[in-house]
Amino acid sequence: MEDLIRASLDHCIKCTICETVCPVAQVTPLFPGPKYEGPQAERFRLPSGSADASVDYCSGCGLCTQVCPQGVKIAEINSRARAHFKAQKGVSVRDRILARPGLTGRLGTPVAPLANRVMANGTARRLMEKAVGVHHAAPVPVYAGHSFQRWARHHERHASPRLDGRSVVYFHGCSVNWFEPDLGRMVVAVLEHNGVEVKMPRQDCCGLPLQSNGLFDAARRALGRLARDLSAGSAGHAVVASSTSCGVMLKREGREILGLDDDETLRAVGARTFDVCEYLLDLHGQGLLDTGFRPLPLTVIYHAACQQRGHSMGTPALELLRLVPELEVIRSEADCCGMAGTYGLKKEKYDIGMAVGERLFEQVRRVGPDAVACDGETCRWQITKATGRASVHPVELLFRAYGLEL
Amino acid sequence: MESIETEVLVVGGGATGLGVARDAAMRGFATVLVERKDLAEGTTGRYHGLLHSGGRYAVKDPRAARECAAENAILRRVAADSIEDTGGLFVTTPWDDVTFGDRFLAGCADTGVGVEEIDVADALRREPAVNAGIRRAFLVADASMDAWKLVWACARSAEQHGARILTYRRVVEVLRAADTVAGVVVVDSRSDEEMTIHARMTVNATGAWAGQLAALAGCRPVEVVPGKGIMIAMNHRIVNTVVNRCTMPSDGDIIVPIRTVSVVGTTDSPVADPDQLEVTQAEVDHMLDEGEKLVPGFRHARALRVWAGARPLFGARPPGDDDTRDITRAHALIDHAERDGIGGFVTITGGKATTFRLMAEETVDLVCRALDAGGPRPCRTAVEALPDSEPGAYYSVGSRLARREAHLLDDQLVCECELVSRQTLEEAVERRPTANLDDVRRALRLGMGPCQGGFCTYRATGIFHRLERLDQVTANTALLDFLQERWKGVHPILYGDQLRQARLDDWIYQGLMDVEHLPAVAAAAIGSVA
Ligand SMILES: Cc1cc2nc3c(=O)[nH]c(=O)nc-3n(C[C@H](O)[C@H](O)[C@H](O)COP(=O)(O)OP(=O)(O)OC[C@H]3O[C@@H](n4cnc5c(N)ncnc54)[C@H](O)[C@@H]3O)c2cc1C
Ligand code: SF4
Ligand code: SF4
Repeated sequence: MEDLIRASLDHCIKCTICETVCPVAQVTPLFPGPKYEGPQAERFRLPSGSADASVDYCSGCGLCTQVCPQGVKIAEINSRARAHFKAQKGVSVRDRILARPGLTGRLGTPVAPLANRVMANGTARRLMEKAVGVHHAAPVPVYAGHSFQRWARHHERHASPRLDGRSVVYFHGCSVNWFEPDLGRMVVAVLEHNGVEVKMPRQDCCGLPLQSNGLFDAARRALGRLARDLSAGSAGHAVVASSTSCGVMLKREGREILGLDDDETLRAVGARTFDVCEYLLDLHGQGLLDTGFRPLPLTVIYHAACQQRGHSMGTPALELLRLVPELEVIRSEADCCGMAGTYGLKKEKYDIGMAVGERLFEQVRRVGPDAVACDGETCRWQITKATGRASVHPVELLFRAYGLEL
Repeated sequence: MESIETEVLVVGGGATGLGVARDAAMRGFATVLVERKDLAEGTTGRYHGLLHSGGRYAVKDPRAARECAAENAILRRVAADSIEDTGGLFVTTPWDDVTFGDRFLAGCADTGVGVEEIDVADALRREPAVNAGIRRAFLVADASMDAWKLVWACARSAEQHGARILTYRRVVEVLRAADTVAGVVVVDSRSDEEMTIHARMTVNATGAWAGQLAALAGCRPVEVVPGKGIMIAMNHRIVNTVVNRCTMPSDGDIIVPIRTVSVVGTTDSPVADPDQLEVTQAEVDHMLDEGEKLVPGFRHARALRVWAGARPLFGARPPGDDDTRDITRAHALIDHAERDGIGGFVTITGGKATTFRLMAEETVDLVCRALDAGGPRPCRTAVEALPDSEPGAYYSVGSRLARREAHLLDDQLVCECELVSRQTLEEAVERRPTANLDDVRRALRLGMGPCQGGFCTYRATGIFHRLERLDQVTANTALLDFLQERWKGVHPILYGDQLRQARLDDWIYQGLMDVEHLPAVAAAAIGSVA
């Protein structure tokens, strides 16, 4: 069987539409663009590898694949080529660290105050840039000091919410577990508020950071394990994810990019995975969502993360937020904030990431909203770091509009 | 009328002619080569691209197998830069007789063709796109060989040894002095000027056209039947190893990964005129069906271009040679002095691109004897590497991408599909003052990728114009000619993605540029999908 991602290069008719949306190619000549890196360069690549280093500048945002009228899997081709390239050249220590948020989370959580102080210290950050190549000014998350899973186990045992017999499995991801456990609690609260029982099995990383840093084998193992963890004892329940990019990994990317199409469990789990806002909007469509929101007299800019497009679900968060009285929601004018996962953290890509995000940052400065709402966690960190404005997951606004409390 | 003199005149600028010219020049003969079009515009530039291991002939044609095996080893040393070391597989598909594999192994052993039977699983790991239903697999030393690189390297080497290579000169008359051929008259197809070339020995290396030239020389007929074969280039390398069906040679049973494409081929049908090679829809379908047997899904891949070449099939047996198996595939060297009593004239035809060097060696050996060259003049082409092949490194499909990566910021891309940069284009034009876009296409693969010139033709024409190679009207004409030429190869395979591409190209040229109303020399009609 010919590999379908590679074979999709055949559909390219050189129309150049992908080139016009690529946020990276727009800001740096170091990246020759999606048409070049994808369907064109791929014809020159051998299974044994290839000599092109520039593909590493692709942020993996996926916009090119979304707009290609011919269905060329451009971002996916790039992702594979990058993995190949890295496998040949060796993956740096920095990329290995960024690729394992679970590990760093586990190490940082017990010593959170210290770790956070180090991360906030300019000198330490410059040393870190030198030593491992994470740009000193790039946003890094703050350790919460306690994991979400600890809370979840306690919650599952003790809480007895009003339920309608509807159950979901919550795929919270690494970021909620180690850095933003409160977001996880809000997601659970909003779902339970709408009568949905939330199961929270033990789970680890989906492998996306491994994949985007070119460590495909490790990514395959991680994703396979996650699919089994999420399906264990959950008899066909919907899986709800609050991290957009990790959700896409389960839905589609894992199978396509990592070539895990034969993994039955993954296929089954992927088919019933929903982004949390997608799930809530679906409830609304069935008339099951509580729309008794309190007025929230705020102005927010809603930014749809580039990776969200991979869900092919439109912008459910935007529609949900519009249900909240007095909440003024302005759409972001930008396609990408420049972070694209862990891309913008890297020393050699930080400036590119900031340039990509400038369109969004400029809008934020101009509008001066109370907050920026965005589904992607690394995007939120980037936006706050670059603009000084608070950034929130859309669910947090719903949580507040329901008048819920942690 | 201009007139020149030489010792050895070679007619025909394919692999054979260039091989002879280089060998003769290396052995110290004053040498001139004439070709009616550009180098390798005959069969050599239209062949399947396979440097045979000999496996294909191991059962059917032992002499050809033996020659291929020996020449394969030699060319890997002396022409490495034109060769990509893809390796080759012979696979027994569900349509093939499993026991043929045993005859195949025995044939290889008899003829010195290196072969190893490998596990089907290993073969499929190496080439995952190959039909998973194969029952046996054999590894051989097949490779792909770039005809243009090869021919141009021979030409450069010949010139370094003092030879003159004259393209766009068609032989219209063969001069006779009593019982001897004394030279030829050629016409320059661009200026229509005639030139006389006097030579002590004229070598007819015109391949499938050899009968025509022999007739001009007034010899007894040289019975060369042009055998038409069609090939289809698919848009990318579906396989990276040459894949052959392990069976008696037949149609569409080989896929060759060469440069950026994979080429399925071929057919074999006798035709009257090697210049009239029509490709029919039925032949295209047949090829795709056969490709599907080797690689399931082949039909859904994008076909880029189809073309045909004419094999020089030599029918009349040279006297004294009673080995009937030699009739079809091995080459024929005819000493017309011996056969027809006409001196100063030899014909070398038939054979394979793989054996071009051997054919040249035998030919020049005969020339040495005929011209009584005084002492032995040993052939050195088996040991002396061609220009750019001296380091012995094989060509790799990734080399262009690597070069492009090094010049991302300081050079423009003209042909995006085949990664031809502006600087490369300008250097090629500098090196070889030519007004012909098609010459550049062959030298650089300009316009040979998926969009078939849709995006680079107007760029390249503009650059030619700017370099003052072409004035406005000739530039327009060159553009139209080029589009016309590309169109020829595309229209028989217009379906799916290539049809969409053609539509887009059509909009660019017809819609945006209105090319049909450009001031040009002759109104070249451009094929339109609409
Ligand atoms: C479909 C097909 C597939 C093939 N595949 C393979 C393969 O995979 N591997 C392999 O080893 N071999 C292959 N061959 C065989 C191989 O291509 C030929 O044997 C070889 O290229 C012949 O080279 P040549 O120089 O003898 O002839 P040509 O390349 O045809 O050269 C003859 C030249 O003479 C010129 N000429 C003719 N008349 C005149 C004139 N009056 N004045 C001046 N010039 C003239 C022509 O323009 C032409 O350029 C294939 C052949 C065909 C047809
Ligand atoms: S958008 Fe698609 S078809 Fe158009 S150039 Fe890009 S890859 Fe090719
Ligand atoms: S994935 Fe994003 S950064 Fe990469 S080529 Fe596509 S549009 Fe550009």
